Amino acid sequence: MSSITEPRQTWKLAAGLLVVFYALVTLLPLLWIISTGFKTPSDSIAYPPKILFEPTFEGYVNLFTTQTRQSEEFLANNPPTNWYEQLVHDKGMVIAGPSRYGERFFNSLIIGFGSTFLSVFLGTLAAYAFSRYRVPLKDDLLFFILSTRMMPPIAVAIPIFLMFRSLGLSDTHAGMILLYTAVNLSLAVWLLKGFIDEIPLEYEEAALIDGYTRFQAFRKVVLPQATTGIASTAIFCLIFSWNEYAFAVLLTSGSAQTAPPFIPTIIGVGGQDWPAVAAGATLFLVPVMVFTILLRKHLLRGITFGAVRK
Amino acid sequence: MSFICFEYDLWDMRASADIGDCGSMAEIVVRNLRKEFGAFTAVQSSDFVVADKEFFMLLGPSGCGKTTTLRMIAGLELPTSGQILIDGEEVGQKPASQRDIAFVFQMFALYPHLNVRKNISYPLISQGMHRSEIQEKVLEAAKLLGIEDILNRPVSGLSGGDRQRVALGRAIVRNPKCFLMDEPLGALDAEFRERMAGELRSMHDQMGATTVYVTHDQREAMQMGDRIVVMNHGVIEQIGTPQDIYDYPATMFVAEFIGSPPMNFLFFEDTLAPEADTITLNGQSISIRPVSTAGRGSFAFGVRPEHISFDDMSPYRGRIDATEYLGTTQIVTMTTPNGSLKARLAADIKIIVGDSVGLAFRKELVTIFDCESGVAVTSSPDQDRQRNG
Ligand SMILES: Nc1ncnc2c1ncn2[C@@H]1O[C@H](COP(=O)(O)OP(=O)(O)OP(=O)(O)O)[C@@H](O)[C@H]1O
Ligand SMILES: [Mg+2]
Repeated sequence: MSSITEPRQTWKLAAGLLVVFYALVTLLPLLWIISTGFKTPSDSIAYPPKILFEPTFEGYVNLFTTQTRQSEEFLANNPPTNWYEQLVHDKGMVIAGPSRYGERFFNSLIIGFGSTFLSVFLGTLAAYAFSRYRVPLKDDLLFFILSTRMMPPIAVAIPIFLMFRSLGLSDTHAGMILLYTAVNLSLAVWLLKGFIDEIPLEYEEAALIDGYTRFQAFRKVVLPQATTGIASTAIFCLIFSWNEYAFAVLLTSGSAQTAPPFIPTIIGVGGQDWPAVAAGATLFLVPVMVFTILLRKHLLRGITFGAVRK
Repeated sequence: MSFICFEYDLWDMRASADIGDCGSMAEIVVRNLRKEFGAFTAVQSSDFVVADKEFFMLLGPSGCGKTTTLRMIAGLELPTSGQILIDGEEVGQKPASQRDIAFVFQMFALYPHLNVRKNISYPLISQGMHRSEIQEKVLEAAKLLGIEDILNRPVSGLSGGDRQRVALGRAIVRNPKCFLMDEPLGALDAEFRERMAGELRSMHDQMGATTVYVTHDQREAMQMGDRIVVMNHGVIEQIGTPQDIYDYPATMFVAEFIGSPPMNFLFFEDTLAPEADTITLNGQSISIRPVSTAGRGSFAFGVRPEHISFDDMSPYRGRIDATEYLGTTQIVTMTTPNGSLKARLAADIKIIVGDSVGLAFRKELVTIFDCESGVAVTSSPDQDRQRNG
């Protein structure tokens, strides 16, 4: 018996090590960003790189505030009242006001989640119709929908730029939500159609017989069973619209600017403020991670559900 | 699991008393019903009446249009033409939700995201029934089916039999006008199927609800049905009680489809006068029921295996090829001048392969078919009654 299991154990160990190694390689940039966020500007550009360092919140404070240099006299007359003012004070500066990071982050939330919601909402309805109804030219329509993803979206940047300008959509939340929805929708329709196709028609028919209308059957019987598909589609849509950079640079500059184009523009006093940039990037990761972790339950349940049913 | 050793009184009369009687008469009338899918005609032109409280079987081979017929009655499929009346009311173009029927699907179609209790109460929720009343009805139905103990379980882990019971619970809880069942036992294993068939039939006997039941299993149809419709290629071949269909098949298709082994056919050429009561097989005269339709040409002499016996005096002879022992009976395969023949004989009759034996047929249960049309030319008792009365 042992002669059979032993090689397996070694293989398992080897496979495990390989996975750990791969994870380390892919996670290294992430660790680098997170740790840089807690370094001082001088530590962040030290060579050789510092693995061990004294953590500070300076980067985060710089990220959220704008600061001005003041005279010794002014600093002495205005003692700091809390820890972050103290931190700035020690550099011979005072806080002039909040930075724009909060606003940009909020824009990202509105545009990212707004377009995700809209994509999934419209995608579910369209996918249901494509899956259940006899739609004229169904295959051609589905191919057309897919074909919108056959070139990189940025290839149509200039027409979209001009269109947005003449429609007054440039630098608006609505414009960006529409744009990201347009890009995501084809993926959403195709993914969701696959999931809805998998749900046997009998459930809806049973609901119809039980006295429900078509729409009620859709809402109460199809939707609960499509949660897996909806959750995974939502994650894909959010990841795209949350991270999208090129259109955001091109079409937003002020009130609707999202975080991705904003983060690299964070300039500190005397050169690029790398800890602040890293802090901005770290915080930017949080919503997608939280969203994915929240929906992961649905994904896992969907997977085990399928295993039981087959 | 639970079903192997349960001892509860499955058909508790007290529990069934409230659910048990269907208020209204629920006769189902189907007239000239036709369904086309594009160029393909799934149901040609069906006509039948399901009487109130009847257990009515739709029987036929795969693809003959049974499910399509049932789905049209349910309202899940709209007929191309024809009428459907439930309880005297034309429902052909009404949506399923307004027909007050219950449908049991082959794969049960239990809502996988709801537990057993929710599944059973679902049709009541749609009626806007009060929560306490729903609780009560669900419990009644569960008692009737013997599934009170699994009410709070998710449906995903249930055994086939329990799923079947939950599906039935969802059907009976609403006290509908009629039940439509599409091969409800098809997903169960053979051993359990028989027992569920019994349970279903006794449930029907207690509730007395009109039931239309689709199956391709002739044994199931014979065992459970009050009357059977036999379909083939979208056409109704025969309607009748199990005994009628078995003893007096209207077509060669029915004769072959029903019974195991099926009816034997001995082929012969003859001229049959009306009311003729003998035919000539290989030069031997054999008496039959009177012929109702005269004709000449090729005919088939149809006889069931158990209506054949050995008779040394009989001039019509066959040679024994083989025998298959079945415990109480045996199936003896023979070759006759008009084709091969299977006879069901008592197990204790000594059979010697290669022997030539004289054969006797029960003349009142022999059916003669016209080979060209496949239709029976001998009269059935129905026709006799019509003629005499
Ligand atoms: N929606 C549909 N579109 C096209 N053809 C269909 C459709 N539904 C059924 N058919 C065809 O109609 C015929 C009858 O189908 P039906 O399901 O009624 O058969 P059945 O008697 O129930 O057979 P089975 O025992 O296999 O369930 C089949 O040939 C089937 O392919
Ligand atoms: Mg069928």
